[in-house]
Amino acid sequence: MPKTAITVKGLSKRYFLGHQSTQESYQSLRDSIVRAVKGFARKAGDMARGKQILAGDSVEEFWALKGIDFEVEEGEVLGIIGHNGAGKSTLLKVLSRITEPTEGRIELNGRVASLLEVGTGFHPELTGRENIFLNGAILGMTKREIKEKFDEIVDFAEVKNFLDTPVKRYSSGMYVRLAFAVAAHLEPEILIVDEVLAVGDMKFQKKCLGKMKSISREGGRTVLFVSHNLSVIQTICKRCVVLKRGQVDFIGPSADAVARYLESESDFHWLRDPEKKPMSGCHFDEITLKVIGEDTPDPSVEITAKITNEKERELAFEVHLFNASGEGVALGLSGSVDRLKFEKGTAEHRWRFPAGRLATGSYGVSVRLNVPGVKVYDEVWQKLSFDFQSPPHPEHSYRIAQSWGHGSFMLDLEKA
Amino acid sequence: MQTILESGRSEKNYWKDLWRFRELFQVLAWRDISVRYKQTVIGILWAIIRPLLSTLIGTFVFGSMAGFASDVSAPYALVIFAGMLAWQFFHTALSDASNSLTTNANLISKVYFPRLIVPTASIMVALIDFAISFVLFLLMMLYFGHPPTWNILALPLFIVMGFFAVMGPSLWIASLNVKYRDFRYVIPFILQFGYFITPVLYPKFKIMEKIPEHLQILYYMNPMVGVIDGFRWCLIGSEFPLDWTAIASSIFITIFFMWLGIRQFRKMEKTFADLI
Repeated sequence: MPKTAITVKGLSKRYFLGHQSTQESYQSLRDSIVRAVKGFARKAGDMARGKQILAGDSVEEFWALKGIDFEVEEGEVLGIIGHNGAGKSTLLKVLSRITEPTEGRIELNGRVASLLEVGTGFHPELTGRENIFLNGAILGMTKREIKEKFDEIVDFAEVKNFLDTPVKRYSSGMYVRLAFAVAAHLEPEILIVDEVLAVGDMKFQKKCLGKMKSISREGGRTVLFVSHNLSVIQTICKRCVVLKRGQVDFIGPSADAVARYLESESDFHWLRDPEKKPMSGCHFDEITLKVIGEDTPDPSVEITAKITNEKERELAFEVHLFNASGEGVALGLSGSVDRLKFEKGTAEHRWRFPAGRLATGSYGVSVRLNVPGVKVYDEVWQKLSFDFQSPPHPEHSYRIAQSWGHGSFMLDLEKA
Repeated sequence: MQTILESGRSEKNYWKDLWRFRELFQVLAWRDISVRYKQTVIGILWAIIRPLLSTLIGTFVFGSMAGFASDVSAPYALVIFAGMLAWQFFHTALSDASNSLTTNANLISKVYFPRLIVPTASIMVALIDFAISFVLFLLMMLYFGHPPTWNILALPLFIVMGFFAVMGPSLWIASLNVKYRDFRYVIPFILQFGYFITPVLYPKFKIMEKIPEHLQILYYMNPMVGVIDGFRWCLIGSEFPLDWTAIASSIFITIFFMWLGIRQFRKMEKTFADLI
């Protein structure tokens, strides 16, 4: 009977968030002064009671994790998947003792090392050699362990000729390779890894992936692994936890978990807070994203928008697509030349774009109603996202992922 | 090894853990030292120039202008430098350690290790600066032809005293600084204030003459008074007798601040990552 390495019972984590109320768009000097005085009084009170100081004038509590239960056996590699904001990172932070749980209990049997970021503590002024020792010590290796593995680390990172150069002169690729190489040679009993494989070029990614696999296969080590890359998750982990809004939505075999995750999270939803309507006279009430036909070679993304319009007018609709690092990827326009006609009242509208050549990964979506170059009526900026799995290509078996650094689109080349 | 994480649970292996991470402590101190003077032209010379110039100014203003030099038989520059050694250590250690948690925010929010290591490592760095200035002090003794007496053998005791005197307040301020950045602005002020009311630039008896007897106990609340007293006795000689009241109250205040600092630090350290 295998022993349990990690037991999590009723784990919850609460944060307090401060909000700036944005009701009044015009502010007199007097209002500002009154607000400043009120804020000062509250902050002084918080400080006297030893509470956290929050920006803004209203405070809301937010449960990043709520009632999480699961167990991990010794030697098991458990995947954790979930949408942005589902609580994955918070869970890892609590497990790696960076922050304390608000409620619940965790039992860890063994030495824990966590890798939440590549190159934590790297100092730009220090040389590669020095940074290996620094980073190793920060991740919990002893000097002797680092010395033993030094050559292996250098070989893995392919930076032999630059060992005595300050890392601030490194290219970003070299930097990341060195950082990952140190981390990959950690040997704790329990390893906690956040999305760190999404670095470097494709060749290096493959190398990292191979390393991860061998760690989990031969090491007998317990690994908790978070990734957006569903195919990687499925190859490395037998079992997965699906997190949804801070709660465990599903635990079970990876294939089932991934299916569950895709069906529950690939459509995403935004609802307007009724107290925060723009004054422009035309605004979004509700937006839903959905990936349609994911298993077919021709998937598409559907955007359903409920729009309230106070009087009949002609507008354009824009869709902006961002990759997982927040860089713009594509722009979709509807009605920018011949405006779309919007009737008075509230109605549902639907737009669709083909997604067959998109790379695997997570995409942010922003939408906007405007008269281009003249006036923006309403926009929902960076609040929606969907996860996407590249479909198999009809002619070859090559599928790309955003994290490989080739961009977010695959081009079809035709021989001319 | 089993670890249990629960809200408000005080860690059973706290001090053991600290010992297990002792190498990280060395590495962080070494990092701060080796980074300190990178990309400066004169490098380590900065550690010499600062106390040297302060001593020069102090000797001129207090020794010559105010005429204190005639009240002591030892060279006045040495008297000031002895005080400056202790004070510069206190100054560097307190300001670096108090900000150490916020300057290492990226580490604290991404990796676990006993947080106590960070401020302690920055105090160690201040000790290195102290060692450099100390060599300079010995050279100045040669120059002035004022050799050290056997008293110097007691100096390590006072260095340890100074170490703990700065450690307590540092821990206390460092942990509060994570939550309330106001302290970042308070520290330089406290240090400037302290520079003048602590007997750094003048011998202690000069200020004691001006303070009524029943208020002198208040003056002794400054833990550095006892430390600087000890430094002068060790380095200049018995012309500056040991003041046991000052030393006793320094020790008392130091213990109080260590208790306060460690208590505050341990109470808050589990939330550092959320607040930083």
